[in-house]
This record gives sequence, C-alpha cells and structure tokens, in this order.
Amino acid sequence: MPELTREVERLSLMIEIGGMPVRVNTTDADFLAMLQDRYSGFCRSSEEAEIEFDVELVEPGFADPEAEVRVAYRRGRWSLTRGDFRAEWEPGARRGWIRQSANPYSIDAVLRIVHTLALARQGGFLLHSASALRNGKAFLFAGVSGAGKTTISRLAPPDVTLLTDEISYVRKGDGSYVAFGTPFTGELAKLGENVSAPVAALYLLAQGPANRVDPVAPAEAARSLLANVLFFAEDEALVQAAFHSAFEFVSRVPVARLTFVPDARVWELMR
Amino acid sequence: MSRLFVARNPRVAARVLDGEMMIMSGKDSTLFTLNRTATILWQAADGKTPLEEIVQARICPEFEVEPAEALKDAEALARELAGHEILQISEEPIPPRVPGESGAGE
Repeated sequence: MPELTREVERLSLMIEIGGMPVRVNTTDADFLAMLQDRYSGFCRSSEEAEIEFDVELVEPGFADPEAEVRVAYRRGRWSLTRGDFRAEWEPGARRGWIRQSANPYSIDAVLRIVHTLALARQGGFLLHSASALRNGKAFLFAGVSGAGKTTISRLAPPDVTLLTDEISYVRKGDGSYVAFGTPFTGELAKLGENVSAPVAALYLLAQGPANRVDPVAPAEAARSLLANVLFFAEDEALVQAAFHSAFEFVSRVPVARLTFVPDARVWELMR
Repeated sequence: MSRLFVARNPRVAARVLDGEMMIMSGKDSTLFTLNRTATILWQAADGKTPLEEIVQARICPEFEVEPAEALKDAEALARELAGHEILQISEEPIPPRVPGESGAGE
C-alpha cells in the first residue's frame, strides 16, 4: 500500500549579517547547499533567530520578471515583492515567508530589504559603499557606480580586511557607528569578512590626478550620504527615520572627499 | 485678492544644517534643499499667519523688496512647494494635523 503521507524534513540555516541572525527554513537540500555556499562565512550554528523565514520554492517564471521591487507595511506586516519573489515579514512575530524559485539572488534581495528595514528602526542603514577595516577602524568609501568602490577595494594592501566592495552595513552603537562585513558583493564578487569595527571615516569617492583628502561641509556630507543610503520602503515613518539617521551620522563621523589615482598608494591616507 | 495660509506638511522630515534647510519627502524620499526665501517661508508657515503677514514681517525686511512684488513671488513659491507636498496651502487657516496611524518606523 503506498504511503499516503510522508514526513517532510525541514532543513534550516542561520545566516548572521550585521549581528542579526536570520533563520531560513527550506525542504530542499540542494537549495540549502546553495545557500550554505553563497553565505559561507556568515552561517552560524544554532542560535535564537531574530527573524525566521520559511522558503517555498516554486518553478521559475511564476511572476513578472520586469516588475519593480515594492515594499509596503500594512497591519503589522511587511510585504516585499519583485518580479522574482514574493515575501512577507511580520516583525511582531519575528517570522515570515519567501516564495521564489531555487536561486540565490531572490533571497539575497529579501535579506537586503529586511536588513534595511530593521536597521532603519535602530538608527543604522545599508549604504552603497565599499568598506574595509584597518588597525581596528572601519573606513567607508561611498560613490555611484563607476566612482571607484571596486577599484579601491582591489587596491587594498594585505593588512586591510575587506568588509564589502558594494553594500556597507552600518549599525548605530553607543556613541559611535559600527560597520560590519557583508556577503553583498559588487563587481569584485568577493564576500566581505564577517567582522566589524567602529567607523572612523566616510570618504566620498572621486577619481583624479592625485591622491588627496578634502573636507566636506556637513550639509553636503548629509546630502551625499542620503544619496547613497538604500531605501526600499514606501513608509513615511521609516523614510523620516533614515533622514534623521543620516544627519546623526554626519554629526558624529568625519566625512571627506577622497580623490585618488588608481594605485595602492591611496591606502597610505587611511591608517 | 483672497488671503492665503501656509503650513508645514508634517509628513516630511526637515533639518537645518550649516544654515541650509533640507527636507525629505516621506512619500518618495526626494530630498530638497531650500533657498533662503523658501527657508523663511517654511519656518514661518504655522498655518494661522496669513502669507501676506509673513511676507511683510519676514521676507521684505530680509531682502528689501516691494511688498506687492514680494507677495506675488511668495505665492508662486508657496504653490510650488505645495506641489512638492512640502507645504500645505489654503484660503482658510490650517489647523495642526492630528497624528494619524503610526507608520512602521514608529
């Protein structure tokens, strides 16, 4: 007689980015292995999760691939949609679900969004910037695509630990800001190290004929920072929180313009 | 000509830094930097002082302009800022908005 029911084994993985453990549950061993590979260095053994997601895998092409990302909050839960995934997260219950095909990109986008939402409530943010750790201090390098984030990451000398070449993770601490390594990669396609350090400076990148650091007025610093903060939510309160967080950050962290030629000597300016 | 009242839209975030007034729309995250005239208008926009009085008391002394010309320019500016949902404008006094449903960030 054939089995009418079969117990489905639940597999899970704890992914900790920025000190925030997120448990991902799946029933697909191959998908789990893909995630373990994708987030190697950011996987933790069993701990209590701050958020737990159940992933339901579906066939590719279940949704419109051209659809833009939409993030909205209603009745106690966040709704996240893009062409390749749908997800919900209920912060009060610390649980959510993700519906996507078996690929690492969709869940990566969900994690980025969830982290921006969680950080915004705590005075932190994700920033379009490379970041690196040297002598116990973290340095952020912000700029639009082509400004030099990948280049400066590639030029880092051996005593520099790369936190990310694309998306920096900034958390507000007691009287200071702390940058964490992330698995969110850019052109370098190299995961950051899962370490953290207090932020010593934010540099706004520009390429030029010589290496130099110029001061930036606070208003310009705030404008530049806000231009590089990742925003997803259509939520007034969170937008306002992110706005005030940016001003708080520039009041505490030195911001300067770093003009550099693409060679390793630029790192002599960061010690 | 009817009187115009202006009020700050409570749905935006605003800060002054180095004398520059920066405002971010809570609706679409657009960032605005106000010039000196717009900053004066924003700071005086309490919903109960007519625009005409704001112009006479705050703008004319600052820029040494004719009241009629200044009022015309201020009206145009107020309507532009209202178009960006930075200010609210009305021909009646604008009462303070009762806080509505809290957003997710609160």
